[in-house]
Amino acid sequence: MRRFATVLPPYAWLALFFLVPFLIVLKISLAEQAMGIPPYTPLIADGQVQVSGANYQFLFSDSLYVRAYLNALWFAAWSTVGCLLIGYPLAYGIVRAPLRWRNTLLLLVILPFWTSFLIRVYAWIGLLKANGLINDVLMQIGLIHAPLPLINNSFAVFVGLIYSYLPYMVLPLYAALEKLDPTLLEAAADLGCRPRQAFWHVTLPLSLPGIIAGSLLVFIPMCGEFIIPDLLGGPDTLMIGHVLWDEFFTNRDWPLASAVAVAMLVLLVLPMGVLRRYLTGERA
Amino acid sequence: MMTLGFVFLYGPIASVIAYSFNASRLVTVWAGFSTRWYGELLQNDQIKNAALVSFEIAILAATGALILGTLAGFVLSRYRRFIGRTLFGAMVTGPLVMPEVITGLSLLLLFVAMEQAIGWPRGRGIPTIVIAHITLGMAYVSVVVEARLASFDRSLEEAALDLGARPAKVFFVITLPLIAPALVAGWLLAFTLSLDDLVIASFTTGPAATTLPMVIFSSVRLGVSPQINALATILLVVVAVVVVIAGRLVSRSRRS
Repeated sequence: MRRFATVLPPYAWLALFFLVPFLIVLKISLAEQAMGIPPYTPLIADGQVQVSGANYQFLFSDSLYVRAYLNALWFAAWSTVGCLLIGYPLAYGIVRAPLRWRNTLLLLVILPFWTSFLIRVYAWIGLLKANGLINDVLMQIGLIHAPLPLINNSFAVFVGLIYSYLPYMVLPLYAALEKLDPTLLEAAADLGCRPRQAFWHVTLPLSLPGIIAGSLLVFIPMCGEFIIPDLLGGPDTLMIGHVLWDEFFTNRDWPLASAVAVAMLVLLVLPMGVLRRYLTGERA
Repeated sequence: MMTLGFVFLYGPIASVIAYSFNASRLVTVWAGFSTRWYGELLQNDQIKNAALVSFEIAILAATGALILGTLAGFVLSRYRRFIGRTLFGAMVTGPLVMPEVITGLSLLLLFVAMEQAIGWPRGRGIPTIVIAHITLGMAYVSVVVEARLASFDRSLEEAALDLGARPAKVFFVITLPLIAPALVAGWLLAFTLSLDDLVIASFTTGPAATTLPMVIFSSVRLGVSPQINALATILLVVVAVVVVIAGRLVSRSRRS
């Protein structure tokens, strides 16, 4: 009885505010846009079930949506690699730092994660724009004579994605590297393994769970990112999360926006399942 | 390598703080030190109202997320088997990685459907944003609480039970005080997430409620502005101070 009373409140809350909404999204993605409130056709009208696959057909026939979908995957995949290339040395450096420094360094990585996402993206506008800090400095020292096109293109989107999601990558990597038993490296050295070899044969394989967890943790939300392509991107960096936003807020086409959401979910369900296994597996 | 990583993390933030004290309206031209933009910010009623709305939502949402998230974390770490546990686990951690546009859209469609069916919520505004943020925040709280309970000495609870304390009393007198640092961290996490959220709030709000991130976003879309630099600096300093104090509290309670 007590157990039931403990489980019920969060269970009921999540069922109502997390599970049911997805069923509604699925339902509305099969409706059609209509005038009125709410702006979509009902599922059952005049005793008949009305289901239309028109939204999905439209998604796959219009190259805009397919391109935005592929764009999102492309940006998310390469930014994940970027996060890994910057995050791994960072996490490795913190684990190797003297013990009394370690907590402070870790706090320094986490701190930007607590501060506003929006402001961190905004900061890059000031740095990257035509008369921004980077172009200004480069022109002052005479390295360039005209401003470089640093913003409203793919470069800026990559920078924004990598910068914003870096802390999410560092934490799982740090957790994996910290657990690594140092005697294993000593054993490798005793057996004549050079430090570099030991890294490739011992450290890297053992930190693989952290690499996978961190990569999925940044890849999945990056795929649906809206703020970064909107503020830092340009016309050729349209991502699927931005398309969903536009369909909803600009075109007020709720059924089509729902179909975009379902198409995104289909893609992300598998990585989410894998991530869950890694996160819960680590705790067990 | 590590130093470069930290420069990358903090350089952009430092530039915002530096420019907020720039006397010139042209953001990139340094014209001397000035606190002029802070003064103008304090006169800006739109920003002040949005800040109040955001704080109200964040406090309510963090408190709701703390209660539900603590229960969820407790359930996940203590009840290994019950009907629907897999679904429960997936639902608890789902909002952590779910793209915000999907969470926002799906919650909005739910609110609209509920209004059609039962007449509640009538319109959308602060209450609907709070519900959305509780759902998001409880995921973070439950992860923090579950991690704390995993490294928890259960013999204390067992001793209390052996001495005749009721389970509910054990929970409030033994368990809760021992996981208090995790609760503080979870509440703060849910609070800052709510304070920062633009996407989910934009979907689930109505004409009545404009939050701080919405004001910042619409102003940033028009370009960099010195007032936003000042606002950003204030937010950064507040968050940094709170996080450092919380970190101290947590590490002190761990030592004692």
